[in-house]
Amino acid sequence: MTALLIRGGHLIDPAAGVDALKDILLKDGRVAEIAGPGKLKSANGAEVLDATGLTVAPGLIDMHVHLREPGQGYKETIASGTAAAAAGGFTAVAAMPNTVPVNDSPETTRWMLAPERGAVIRVFPIAAATRGSKGEAINDYAALKSAGAVAVTDDGNPILKDNVMRETLIAAARVGLCVIQHAEDTRLTQGASMNAGAMAFKLGLRGMATEAESGLVERDIRLVTELRDTRVHLHVAHTSTAAALAAVRQARRSGLRVTCEVTPHHFLLTEEHVGLYNTNAKMNPPLRSAFDRDAMIEAILDGVVDAIATDHAPHAVHEKEVEFENAPNGITGLETALGLCVRWLHKEWKMPLGRVLSLLSAQPAALLNLKGRGTLTVGSFADVVVFDPKAEWVYNARETKSKSRNTPFDGWTMQGKVRWTISEGRIAYSRPA
Amino acid sequence: MNSAVTPARRQLHPPPVPASPFPYHPGSLLSASDLTLDGLSHILARATALESADPLLRDRILAKRRVALLFYESSTRTRTSFELAAKGLGADTTLVSSLSSSIEKGESLKDTGLTLRALGAEAIILRHNSSGAAWLLEAETRLPVLNAGDGMHEHPTQALLDLRTILAHLRPGTETLTPETLAGVTITIVGDITHSRVARSNMLLLPRLGARVLLCGPRELLPDVAAMVGPGITIERDFNEALHQSQAVMMLRIQAERLAGLQLDLEQYKANYQLTGPRLAAHAPTALVMHPGPIIRGLEVTSGVADGLQSVILEQVKNGVAIRMAVVERALTASEQGGRA
Repeated sequence: MTALLIRGGHLIDPAAGVDALKDILLKDGRVAEIAGPGKLKSANGAEVLDATGLTVAPGLIDMHVHLREPGQGYKETIASGTAAAAAGGFTAVAAMPNTVPVNDSPETTRWMLAPERGAVIRVFPIAAATRGSKGEAINDYAALKSAGAVAVTDDGNPILKDNVMRETLIAAARVGLCVIQHAEDTRLTQGASMNAGAMAFKLGLRGMATEAESGLVERDIRLVTELRDTRVHLHVAHTSTAAALAAVRQARRSGLRVTCEVTPHHFLLTEEHVGLYNTNAKMNPPLRSAFDRDAMIEAILDGVVDAIATDHAPHAVHEKEVEFENAPNGITGLETALGLCVRWLHKEWKMPLGRVLSLLSAQPAALLNLKGRGTLTVGSFADVVVFDPKAEWVYNARETKSKSRNTPFDGWTMQGKVRWTISEGRIAYSRPA
Repeated sequence: MNSAVTPARRQLHPPPVPASPFPYHPGSLLSASDLTLDGLSHILARATALESADPLLRDRILAKRRVALLFYESSTRTRTSFELAAKGLGADTTLVSSLSSSIEKGESLKDTGLTLRALGAEAIILRHNSSGAAWLLEAETRLPVLNAGDGMHEHPTQALLDLRTILAHLRPGTETLTPETLAGVTITIVGDITHSRVARSNMLLLPRLGARVLLCGPRELLPDVAAMVGPGITIERDFNEALHQSQAVMMLRIQAERLAGLQLDLEQYKANYQLTGPRLAAHAPTALVMHPGPIIRGLEVTSGVADGLQSVILEQVKNGVAIRMAVVERALTASEQGGRA
C-alpha cells in the first residue's frame, strides 16, 4: 500500500491532547509517524496531500446509522451509505440491526462485513438484542461479538419487558458489549407521529409524550442500578427529552455506566419544523419542543452527552411523499453532521472545535470499544478526516451519495467542508480542491 | 419542574423556522387561517350574490370547467353541497371515492391527484382521513385544492358556513369583516374537540373577528393544550357555565371512528354534556344551537333541541351550498384575477 503524507495541516486529536500544526505519515493502514511541519524523515515516496489551512482530525465515527442492507437496497446499500458517510468525513459507522431480515445472527453480521458489500469505510454491525428484535428471546452475544458485532440493541422495537431487559444487560456485560436502547414506551405511542403538545393538537396528529422516552430511560436505569455490576453499560440512543437527559445525568452522578447520544436534528430543530406536514421532519423520536431542544444544546455543552450520532435513516422519495401519519420515520444525516456541528456547536455556541470533534470520534470509539480508532496516535488506524473548518457551503440533497435524500437540511448553510476522508490509509472520499 | 433540568444559562440563537410555502395556489383553501379578512368578506359577499343569482345565468360562470371531488371518507352534506355548488356554476364534476376507484388497489394520493390533473381537473375538492392530506395534494399537483376535511385537522368551508350562519343572526347586514365584527360574542364548542376538524377551523377563524371561543368537554376529548391553538380560546369544562356565557353553541358528534380504543362512559357524558331542552332553557334561552352534522340524536343533543326553535342546523346545511359556490368560484378564477381573493 502506498504511504500517504498529510502535510501542513492543523492536527486536532482530542484523545491525545494534540492541537497543533503537524505532518502525518500514514503507512500500511496505520499512523506511522507524526512530526512538526517539515520534520518527517521517512516520507520519501509517499503520496502527499497538501493540508495547508485545513484541519486534520481522527475520522468521524457515527454510532447510529441505518444502512438498510440486507433487504432494503432501494433505500440504501452498504456501498451507498458508506459513500455518503465518507463524503461527510466519517471513517466508521455502526449499523443498526433493523434490516430485512433483522441482524440477529452471526451469518447476517458476517454478510454485512463481507468485501462484496463494497463498503468504502469501516462498518461495525450492531446486532439485535433479541431474536427477530421481538423482545422475547436473548441472542447469543458471544457468537455475535466474534462475528463482528460491537453492541446489541432492538432499536426501533425497544425492550419493554423488565426481565428481558435485565437479562440483556447481564448477558451483554458478560461479553463486554454495550446495550443500546431506543427509549420509547411503545405502549404509550400507538398511532402517534410527532411530539405531543399544542403543535400536534393544532395539526390534528396524535402525539408522543416526552414521558414515553424518559419513562423507559428511568426504568432502564433502575434495572442497571439493581444489577450492581460495573460491567453493565447502558447507552441511550438519540436522546430527545430534557427529562431523559436529567435521568442520565443523575445516573452518572451515582457512578453508573449510563451513556447517551444526541442527533444534530434534536439539538437544532423543534416540532415547529414539522411546519405543514413536512415528512422530512418526521422521525422517531420526534422533533420536540424548544424547551427540550435547548436542553440538548445545554447538555452537549455541559459534557453530559457522550456522542453525536446521526441516526441516518434513508427512505425512498415515494415513501416520504405520502400523508404525514403514513410516512416512515427517519432522515438522512451522514453528509450534514460535521457541517451542522461546526456551524452551530462551534461557531454559534462557541464549543471548542476539539470538543466537537471528540463527540464525533474519540467518544463514540470509546463507547463501542473500537480499539485504535477515534485518535491519531502512532500505531492507530489511519482513519483521518481533513477538512476546512472555516469554509461555508450549502447542502444540496440532490447531490447526495446516499440513495435517499430525505433530509430537512436541504439548502442549509454548513460550516466545515471535507477535503479528504481516509479510511485505514486509503482515500475513501476526495473533493476536488 | 424537575430540579435536575439545567436552566438555560445563555441566550441560544437556534436555527429559525422557515416560512410556510403554502398555499401554492391562490385559489386553494386549505386552512381557515389562509384567508385574510378581506378575502373572507369577499367570499361571504359572493356567497350571497351567487345564492340569489338567476340559475340560468349563474351556470355560465364556470361553464364546462372541470372540478374533481376526491373523497376518501363518507360524506352527505359536504359532498352533496360541493357538488351542487360546482354544478350550480356550470362546472362539470366528477366524483372519485376510495371505495370505487384505484385507491382500493393501493394508488397513492399523489398519483391519484396527478391522474385527476391529467384528466383535466382544474381544481380538486378533497375529503381525506389523514390530517394534512390537502397540503400534500396541493404540493404534488399545484392545482387549487379545497380542503373538505382532513383527518382531525381542518374543515375550513364548514367554518365559513358557520360564520355565515352566525352573522345572519347576530350581525345581520354585515358586509365588511373587521377584527371587531364579533366583539362581545361568545361561542361555545362542545364535545369531542380532539377529533374535530370543525372545531379546529372554527377555533382559528372566529377569534379573528373578535369572538371569544369557549371549548367544553371532558379531558379525554378536550386536553388542556387545545387552548394553545390560537388566541381567544378558553376552556370551560362546566357546560352550564359555558352556556350561560354563550350567544351560540356548537354541538359536536363523538367520533367513534377516531376514538382509537378510548373508552368513554356515555351515560356520564350525556349527564354532563348533552344539550337538553331544560338545560338550554335554563342557561341559554336565546343562544343559537348549531351542529355540523351528522347528528346522533339522543347522544350529544336531544331530538327536541335539534328540531327546536333555537336550532339553526338546517340553515347551516343550506349555507353550505352558498359558501361552497363562492370558494369553488374563487378556486377557478383566483389566478385569472391575479392574486389571492
